[in-house]
Amino acid sequence: MIVWFEYLLLGIAVLVGVFCLVLGFAGRKPSDYTLGATAVVELLLLAQLVMGVVVPLAGNPPTGSLPEFWVYLVSALLIPPAAVAWALVDRNRWSTAILGVACLAVAVMVYRMGQIWFVQVS
Amino acid sequence: MSEKSSSRAVGIGRVLIAVYAVLALAATARSVFQIATRFDTAPVAYLLSGVAGLVYIVATVALLAPGGVWYRVAWGTLAFELVGVLSVGTLSIIDPVLFPADTVWSMYGRGYVFIPLVLPVLGMLWLYRRRPAAEASN
Repeated sequence: MIVWFEYLLLGIAVLVGVFCLVLGFAGRKPSDYTLGATAVVELLLLAQLVMGVVVPLAGNPPTGSLPEFWVYLVSALLIPPAAVAWALVDRNRWSTAILGVACLAVAVMVYRMGQIWFVQVS
Repeated sequence: MSEKSSSRAVGIGRVLIAVYAVLALAATARSVFQIATRFDTAPVAYLLSGVAGLVYIVATVALLAPGGVWYRVAWGTLAFELVGVLSVGTLSIIDPVLFPADTVWSMYGRGYVFIPLVLPVLGMLWLYRRRPAAEASN
């Protein structure tokens, strides 16, 4: 992982998460904005996937467990498409809130990925 | 999701179920990894984490699926989770060696922003509001 990219991904995931939650509880159906914003989070995760492969080869290995990092990354990659699929099938306000929940879950997982890569507690 | 969906998978209940699905994924994936790589350091805690993950999966399905049987299964799994998070949470404070900090229920689910502590309670409130008798009288 690269520090600035982690913060970018984390920041955007939190912003999109809060944005979708607010619109969801305000009663909005899933729109191009909320679905598009969730897609941006997924695209950034895909970029992180590429970087997860390239960066260790370029001489920036994780300080923690690389397999554990991958468990988080692959799990995180599954979440936004699942939420988007739900939103496309079930077009009501709660699906918008679920997009928000999905992006916040991604944010938590990116935070954990950052810890695994950069911070070792014990 | 479909036109003949459960009376529990409506309204804000859908958000609750989505949170359950995410927690099920997170807890199961993590415990599988822990059991595969460092099982020996805390076998009891990691096994319990694995069981917790599986129970979250069952709870997610039970909340989604219609019918009285799934309604009772949902109550059972939610009760199991609440007892689990309370007992393991307490044990992890008394005996941190037996329950290291990185399982889903230790320190009352602190590693998961206390979602494991709050979620069964919210789930039970939701199940109570959506109980079959109340549905019939509506």
